[in-house]
Amino acid sequence: MLDRFRVVGQEKKQMIRFSFIFLFTLLLFSSATGQEATLPPSPPTDVIAKDTPNDAGGSITITWKKSPDDIGAVREENKVKGYEILRSTESGGEYEVLGKTTAGAETYFDSHAKNGVLYYYKVRALGMQSFSESLPATPAKAKAQWLDWRRKYTFLLALILALSIVYFINQAKSGKQLFIRKIAGLEAVEEAVGRATEMGRKIFYIPGISDMDSMQTIAAVTILGQVAKKTAEYEAKLEVPTSRSLVMVSCRETIKEAYSNAGRPDLYNEDMVYYLTDDQFGYTAAVDGLFVREKPAAVFLQGQFYAESLILAETGNYVGAIQIAGTAQPAQLPFFVAACDYTLIGEELFAASAYLSRDPKLLGSLKGQDVGKFIFLFFIIVGSLFITFGIYDLSFLFR
Amino acid sequence: MRREVPLAITAIVGFALIIVYFIPHPPFNHSRDFFEDLFFIIAAFAIWLGCLNLLKVNADKVYRQKKGWLFSVVVWFGFFLMVIVGFWEGRGFMNPGTTFYYLYDKLYYPLNATMFSILAFFVASASYRAFRARNKEATILLIAALFVMLGRVPFGYYLSSWLPEGWRLGNITDWIMDFPQTAAQRAIMIGIALGIVSSSLRVLLGLERTFASGE
Repeated sequence: MLDRFRVVGQEKKQMIRFSFIFLFTLLLFSSATGQEATLPPSPPTDVIAKDTPNDAGGSITITWKKSPDDIGAVREENKVKGYEILRSTESGGEYEVLGKTTAGAETYFDSHAKNGVLYYYKVRALGMQSFSESLPATPAKAKAQWLDWRRKYTFLLALILALSIVYFINQAKSGKQLFIRKIAGLEAVEEAVGRATEMGRKIFYIPGISDMDSMQTIAAVTILGQVAKKTAEYEAKLEVPTSRSLVMVSCRETIKEAYSNAGRPDLYNEDMVYYLTDDQFGYTAAVDGLFVREKPAAVFLQGQFYAESLILAETGNYVGAIQIAGTAQPAQLPFFVAACDYTLIGEELFAASAYLSRDPKLLGSLKGQDVGKFIFLFFIIVGSLFITFGIYDLSFLFR
Repeated sequence: MRREVPLAITAIVGFALIIVYFIPHPPFNHSRDFFEDLFFIIAAFAIWLGCLNLLKVNADKVYRQKKGWLFSVVVWFGFFLMVIVGFWEGRGFMNPGTTFYYLYDKLYYPLNATMFSILAFFVASASYRAFRARNKEATILLIAALFVMLGRVPFGYYLSSWLPEGWRLGNITDWIMDFPQTAAQRAIMIGIALGIVSSSLRVLLGLERTFASGE
C-alpha cells in the first residue's frame, strides 16, 4: 500500500514539474512574439524632393515608394499606420516634423517652403509602437515659375479661337457676305416694341441681378442699347429697374447714347433707369409690383438670373406682356422657355447685340465662333470613337 | 476722349489679365485679386448712387401722387427705419437681441422667404403650360417629364417595382438625366463658353462699345 502511495506521489511531482516546464516555455514563446510586435516597419524608399512645377513658388513636392509593410502587408504586427515628413535646412542637422499622411500615401506637398532655401527631407514610416526613417532625399529649393505649362492647351485653343474670330472680322470688313441664321427671339424685338407703342404701354427691360463684372450683364447692357434705339425710333416708353448701382449707371449711359444716335435725345430721361435694391427677392417683389401696376406691353428679361427668373416671367405672362428672355444660366432656361414667348438660349444672348446691330464687324465675330464649335465637335466624335473601342484613358496625350 | 479712355483701359486691363492667367510668378499671380478688390471698392461707393436714386425716385412718386405712391411711402419708411435703428445700435447692431436684429429676423427674413415660396405656385402654373401636348416636341417633353417626376418619388418606385431592374421608373429617370439631359446641357455650356470668348474679344478689341457709352 505504502509503495503504491509512493508511486502516486512521484507521478504527481512529475506532473507538477512538467507543468512548470510547459508554462515556462509558453512564457518564453509569448515574450518572443511580443518582442516581434515591437519591430519597426520597413522604411519607405526612393524619397525624392523637387520644386513643385507651374506654381508661384513656396512649395516643394516630396514623393517616395511606400514601405513593404504598408497597406496589403501580410504581417499585421508592424503594419504602417501613416507617414511623417521630416525637414531640415542642414544636411546632418536636426529634422523637424513637417506633417503627416495616411498609410498608402506616396506624395506630400510642403507648402511652407521659402523660395531659394535648400531643404533636406526624410520620410518616417509609423508602425504601431515604433517607426523607421528613410535616407535623406537630395535637397531641393522652391522657386516661382514664369509659365504654367498645364494651361498650354487652353492657351492653344484660345489662340486658335481668337485668330479665327479676328480672321472673320477682317473678312466681314472687306465686304464679304456672311450667313447668320435667324434668331426668332431677336426678330421679335421690333414686334414687341411696336406692340407697346400701339398699346401706349410701357416696355420693361430687366438686366438680371448681377453686377457689371458678369459677362451676361455686359451682354444684357449691349442688347439694351439696341432695344433703346428701337424705342427711340418708335417713341415707346422704356423703363429699366436695376438691382445694382453700377448697372444703373451703365444702362443710363447706354440709353442716352442710343437715343442720341437715333436722333431723339429729347426723349431721353434719366429716370427711365432707376435702382431698386441689391436684395434678390426684394428686387423680385418690386419688379413684380411694377408689372402688376403698370401692365407693360413688353418685357425683356436679359442677363444673369437665378431663382427669381420664373417669378418674374410668370408675372409678366400673367399681365399679358410679350416676353423676350435670354440667359446663359442653364438651370433657368427651362423656366424662361415655359413662361416667355421667346428665349435666347445661352450663346444667343451673347450674339444678340451683333445680330441686332447688323454691323459686319460684329457679325464676323459670330462666324469665328463656328471654328470653336468644329474643334469641340471633332474632339467629341474622336472621344466617342475611343470610348466605343474601349480606349478610356487618353490623358497621357495632354500631359 | 470720353469714349476712348475707358475703351483703352478695358483693352489694356483685359489683355493683361488674360496673359497673367498663364503666369504664376509673383506679382502677376495676385493681379486678378487686385482688380477684383478695385471693383468691389468702386461698387461699394456706387451703392450711394443707388440709395440716393431710390429715395429720389420714390420721393418724386409721392410728391406727384403717381400710381402706387403709397408703396413709395413704405420704401421711405423702411429705408430710414433700418438706417436709424442701425446707427442707434452702433457697433454690433447685427448681434442677436438688438432691435435691428429683431427687425431683420421678424420682418425682413419672413418677407424674403414669402417671395421665395411663391416660386412653388409659379412652377405649377408654368409646368401646366409647358407640358401641354401641343406639338411633337412638347409631347416628347411631356413624356420625359412624366417619367422623371414619377421616377423621383416613392410612388413611382411602387408603381414599377414588379418590372425587371433596368425597366423601372427610377432607372428610366436616371437614363434620361444622365444621357439626353446631360448631352443637351453640355451643348448649351459649350455654346455659352464660345459666346463669352467671342463677346470678350469684341469688348477688348473695342468693337463692342455700347456698355461704355457709344456705339
